[in-house]
Amino acid sequence: MKITDHIVEKHGLSLNEYKEIKRLLDREPNLLELGIFSAMWNEHCSYKSSKVHLKKLPTKGKQVIQGPGENAGVIDIGDDDAIVFKIESHNHPSFIEPYQGAATGVGGILRDVFTMGARPIALLNSIHFGSPKHFKTKSLLNGVVSGIGGYGNCIGVPTVGGETKFNKTYNENILVNAMAVGHVKKNKIFYSKAKGINKSVIYVGSKTGRDGIHGASMASAEFDENSDEKKPTVQVGDPFTEKLLMEACLELMQDNSIISIQDMGAAGLTSSSVEMASKGGLGIELDLDKIPCREENMTPYEMMLSESQERMLIILEDGKHQKSKEIFDKWDLDFIKIGKTTSTNNLTLKFNKKIVGEIPIDALSNQAPMYNREWKSRKVSKFNFNFKDFKKIKLEDALIKILTSPNHSNKDWITNQYDQSVMCDTVQKSGSDAAILRIHNKDKAIAVSVDSSANYCKSHPFSGGKQIVCENWRNLISVGAKPLAITNCLNFGNPENKEIMGEFADCLEGIKLSCEFLKYPVVSGNVSFYNGTNKKNIYPTPVIGGVGLIRKLSKPLNHIFQKEQSNLILIGKTFGHIEQSCFLKEIYSLDEGLPPEINLLNEKNNGECVLKLIEKKLVLSAHDVSDGGLLIALAEMAMSSNYGAKIKKPKNLTNLFKYFFGEDQARYILEIEKKHCSKVEKILKDNNIYYENIGFTQKEYFEIESELKISIKDLFKINNQWYNNY
Amino acid sequence: MRSSVIVFPGSNCDRDIAVALKKMQFKNQMVWHKETVLPKSDLIVLPGGFSYGDYLRSGAIAGKSLIIEEVIKAAKAGCFILGICNGFQILTETGLLKGTLLRNKNLRFINKDVQIKVINNKTNFSNKYKKDQILKINIAHNEGNYFTDPSHLEELRKENLIIFKYCDVKGNIDESSNPNGSLENIAGILNSNKNILGMMPHPERMTDEMISNNDGINLFSSLLN
Repeated sequence: MKITDHIVEKHGLSLNEYKEIKRLLDREPNLLELGIFSAMWNEHCSYKSSKVHLKKLPTKGKQVIQGPGENAGVIDIGDDDAIVFKIESHNHPSFIEPYQGAATGVGGILRDVFTMGARPIALLNSIHFGSPKHFKTKSLLNGVVSGIGGYGNCIGVPTVGGETKFNKTYNENILVNAMAVGHVKKNKIFYSKAKGINKSVIYVGSKTGRDGIHGASMASAEFDENSDEKKPTVQVGDPFTEKLLMEACLELMQDNSIISIQDMGAAGLTSSSVEMASKGGLGIELDLDKIPCREENMTPYEMMLSESQERMLIILEDGKHQKSKEIFDKWDLDFIKIGKTTSTNNLTLKFNKKIVGEIPIDALSNQAPMYNREWKSRKVSKFNFNFKDFKKIKLEDALIKILTSPNHSNKDWITNQYDQSVMCDTVQKSGSDAAILRIHNKDKAIAVSVDSSANYCKSHPFSGGKQIVCENWRNLISVGAKPLAITNCLNFGNPENKEIMGEFADCLEGIKLSCEFLKYPVVSGNVSFYNGTNKKNIYPTPVIGGVGLIRKLSKPLNHIFQKEQSNLILIGKTFGHIEQSCFLKEIYSLDEGLPPEINLLNEKNNGECVLKLIEKKLVLSAHDVSDGGLLIALAEMAMSSNYGAKIKKPKNLTNLFKYFFGEDQARYILEIEKKHCSKVEKILKDNNIYYENIGFTQKEYFEIESELKISIKDLFKINNQWYNNY
Repeated sequence: MRSSVIVFPGSNCDRDIAVALKKMQFKNQMVWHKETVLPKSDLIVLPGGFSYGDYLRSGAIAGKSLIIEEVIKAAKAGCFILGICNGFQILTETGLLKGTLLRNKNLRFINKDVQIKVINNKTNFSNKYKKDQILKINIAHNEGNYFTDPSHLEELRKENLIIFKYCDVKGNIDESSNPNGSLENIAGILNSNKNILGMMPHPERMTDEMISNNDGINLFSSLLN
């Protein structure tokens, strides 16, 4: 078939890129080869627009065993234990087909983790939907939640945390980010780098079908009114097969049969074989007649581009075939030698005894295009805001309005659909600042949290990027964990648009600064561009997944008031930053102005000191103050508790609303038993930490001195209202 | 006491139950579904999970697996059988327990801690509990809505074969304390010989104070009694 411009464009490649392909090959590619280039050179696989910026992120630290570039990041948690984790987006497929899109998002990220030899121990997610009033939102929400649950519940990995947010910016492009966390022995980590010539290339797992062809290319373009037609590019998940594949792989990994292993994710067989060969500086030859196919008469083009799920590629040591095959036979999975490593440095594809495609590995990987796209920072106009101009509202009414808003409503109706307890190591479920998972058979634990703040990032990408790393850090501190490292999922609009690229560059600069200062490196991640429909881009939404360590697990700490008559201490200074606050948004529908200032020094000092207090067992409960400010944080502490609180009105108060709803950073609320107060205050003073005694816990009522008094039962009811009526 | 946990492809609570059994001093063995011989056992556990992906119908394919013939034989010879969650579904598919488990009334997967009441404490599975004791226990299922025909229900009542019922914290057994729509709030039942227990809640998840509570422990210690 003659390759026309039309065909090139259909493959999502520019004519310039096609010219480059011809130059690299020194000839015209055939259709199969063009398909392979398109799969490897698309944004999703090549990171061509993001690479220049991603390079700037800090990725090293003594806790880091493996940074970005592998299937997932790996960090050291002491003894012989390591944690493997990564977050990934499945936005585009989930918008087209919410159940399967979300399910295969979970399946894909789980494979990234167990490919490295780790047993997955937790799943988290960050899901963003359009306005609840938008006609698609309800069905997308239902589909995504049951897809996430359907996959995780079946495979038997607890879904322990996440966030669900609503904003009209996602009306036509929802976000579904899934994070998986696994545990591995340090000396049993597996990598994807091929080694040795003439080694067997083994295909294991499900058979290859025609689903998901060009999935990665689909995820590298904006949607338009015909996006429904893209349904066939969405993969179909089978968690049962993945469970078998996981058990079989982990069983095979007990000995040293595997040289390298890579899951077939985006761009399927193509990207897995090319990545392994590229990392090893080798060639790879595949005999496509051997590929186990689900459907008849599949062409090489379809086999190489299929994104059928639950498949892996293994490069096996010599003499291990029989024993390894027996393991996969036991689990009723295919285990087939489909090729070998070569010294040619080419990807060589044979079909019907003929060579049907041959491409230098380098051309597909290292020589893939890399763009330093033009970008410009957004201009931020100063927002002048005066409370006097607005309709008066009572503190109590504002509180109720926020607690009944979709974004702040109780989300048990979602998390109750996920099995959070399977594996019997979930010490703390979702709903707290971070979930806590015990390392099996050990007395240590990890804490995990996923966070985003698109509103801040939209109004000021640099500050937003900075802030979200800090918030994630605070969430881990609040449950008594030492934050170790993060994974990030960078959800942005069209990178060919200068302003979007500016959002990306600025956000990343912010993330970088915070990560560097807090010694909180990025060990894995994923970029998702082209989130938008018909040129309407989503708000920049970087999502941060953090992992922290609790060295010696005792009673887990959460944000729920524990006792009556304990003191409440607010750590960190309250300036009353109300711009970009949840208060202005929910009460006055205003979303102008700048996000709160981040002082990294305060973040670090306050956080480290809070952690010290927690480790000394001086804290009964702790909560970070984030969107919604002080009042919402306090209400959250009371709501699921048997105790309320009585809060003093601040003395030098400029404005009640700014004090209670301002979103100043680096703040925590600590519940301290009376007898420990002097000790705690001494430590705080010794460390130069700004703090205020704001009140104490009490029975039954949540109270602000002479302003509001609500029973905690009512508070709970109010918080559960929205969903019951949705 | 010797126990065997049957592992089906797709079982995912097999490790959890094995940990609990070991903690309770059972001599436990894992038995793969393709085996045709069962090790000598005083207790056989069919664990929770999604055996064979729950394809066709939950528990249906497991109910026809190779090892299940042996489980049925052992059950008929009086061996204790405990089916938890998917295990309960499998027991109804084999006919070892009558009735069936329909989809939850709200048509959603439900995972949360609920309360159950010990209705019959004069069984080998519950003799360490007090009558009417309220337990806090975790459920995690899509199909836990127990249903059976009126004559069997009558038999369950008469023979005192309903061992656990869902209730609220105060012990009230009514529609509002029924998480999945099951008939008469049934959470677990016995066969007429009282050597087979099928239950939807997960006692193995309630054997460790650090992650939950110890409300499940007495089920295992009852068997040892």
